[in-house]
Amino acid sequence: MTRAFALLLGLAAALLPLNAAQAADPRLVPDVSNRAIDIQYSFTGEELLLFGAILYPGQRLPDDRADIVVVLKGPVRPIVLREKQRVAGIWVNASSIRLRTSPGFYAIGSSRPIDKLVDERTAAIFELGLSNLSMSPTGFSEAKKLERFENGLIDLYRRLGLFYEDPSAVEIREGVLYRARIPVPARVPVGNYRAETYLISKGRVIAVASRDVEIRKAGFERFVALAAQRHGFLYGLTAVLLSLTLGYGASAIFRRR
Amino acid sequence: MDLYLPVANLSVNALVIILLGGGVGFLSGMFGVGGGFLTTPLLIFYGIPPTVAAASAATQVTGASVSGTLAYLERDGVDLRMGAVLVAGGLIGSLIGAGLFELLTAWGQIDTVISILYVVLLGSVGTIMGREAWGSLRAMKAGMPPPPRKRRHHPMVANLPLRWRFYRSGLYISPLAPLLLGMGVGVLTMLLGVGGGFIMVPAMVYLLGMGTQVVVGTSLFQILFVTIATTMVHSMTTGAVDIVLAGLLLLGSVTGAQVGARFAQSVRPEYLRLLLAGIVLLVALRMGVDLFIRPEEIYTVQ
Repeated sequence: MTRAFALLLGLAAALLPLNAAQAADPRLVPDVSNRAIDIQYSFTGEELLLFGAILYPGQRLPDDRADIVVVLKGPVRPIVLREKQRVAGIWVNASSIRLRTSPGFYAIGSSRPIDKLVDERTAAIFELGLSNLSMSPTGFSEAKKLERFENGLIDLYRRLGLFYEDPSAVEIREGVLYRARIPVPARVPVGNYRAETYLISKGRVIAVASRDVEIRKAGFERFVALAAQRHGFLYGLTAVLLSLTLGYGASAIFRRR
Repeated sequence: MDLYLPVANLSVNALVIILLGGGVGFLSGMFGVGGGFLTTPLLIFYGIPPTVAAASAATQVTGASVSGTLAYLERDGVDLRMGAVLVAGGLIGSLIGAGLFELLTAWGQIDTVISILYVVLLGSVGTIMGREAWGSLRAMKAGMPPPPRKRRHHPMVANLPLRWRFYRSGLYISPLAPLLLGMGVGVLTMLLGVGGGFIMVPAMVYLLGMGTQVVVGTSLFQILFVTIATTMVHSMTTGAVDIVLAGLLLLGSVTGAQVGARFAQSVRPEYLRLLLAGIVLLVALRMGVDLFIRPEEIYTVQ
């Protein structure tokens, strides 16, 4: 009994300062419009809505304007990035680097341009902005080359819609409700995504919250992709039978006429 | 009508792919070729990754060649013994092709190699075919019979050890020659997604010296089995066969082929050959020019 009481007291003591700190800082309650995006036959991309509320202690709005940054980040994977150069007149892959943690998708939206919200160091710590993604490069010799490659990747992915940056995507209403639309293209890689929200005031990140989003193939598409990966032999056999049947069927139909 | 391709991981306009298949099928029915040499480049131009394009085009060629093969078999237009040797070579070739594919992909040069191979092969085949068709057209206009061709196999073939009799082809040659030929074409089928008829037929005529009555049938027979093999090999190694893409292409090509075959009966074969040579050269030219001009994407991810 006394032991339990002591434990409780200790626990309360440990929790108290934390509670006090939490009470002083605002909190974020984020959500997404769709926690599981299914890729199916007619999938041509989707728009994901990231929204939520900012809870200020005592429900008192601060005097300074606070800003919101939302980030939707896809699974990271190792990639080889190749660069074409002109060799003997023709364009061939001449140079490459490895990036061990390259996100297959990264979208960032904010209520104001990132460089107006935080300094470079903070942006780098929280990986805010396309130029601040840490992709763990290996196999390069000079910083200049790395920069050129990273810019190349950003440019490529941006045009594919896999990297996205919009400094006016976030709309804040009455200082407490925010929302942002993030376009998700058809080429999006499948996997576990994280939708992160940052509350920023006076150049400081004062609250962070995140939600998980899953992007997956569903139904027939999932079945086909899994079969192609795991049962190559049966999959190949099916493809062969399909083409034999269609080829033979068409000629049989046309011959009868 | 947008449709998501589960292996290529992108969505395409299904109608465009069916029409593309139909166009290629029309040409293949008209000329009696599989049409893989057109499908793969066109799919790449459309934005399908080269590996998926080559693998799925090979699957489509299977469908395009099945009815032709059956027709020639019925008419006894296939040298089965020769076909079996060619297919055996093709199987070995497709395995070698799979190894090469992996090696070149790791090396980062697969796309360039595919393009260069296309330019060289299509360029030379198109030139030879065009010149020959032009020559026979002129002879026809002048009212002369087309110059008779000496049927002989290449001296290199005669020097190979071991000799088999190929009755239907009217040949007594070493089986190593068709085996090597089959191997070479098998490698190309794996890398380029072509059936290889456009190489096989001239090689059978000029290198092996086969009798013309079994050339096309035997070539189709070889194509049918080797594209089946490459579909299997691709499925088990690169995993790049997109069954939805192949299905769409097939829908278009099998119907297009029937229409094309009918159309071909009303046109002189010399004109057809000249036209085919023109198309082949155009594809080669387009791919060749692409090698030299600055590509849209300097950076690629793998």
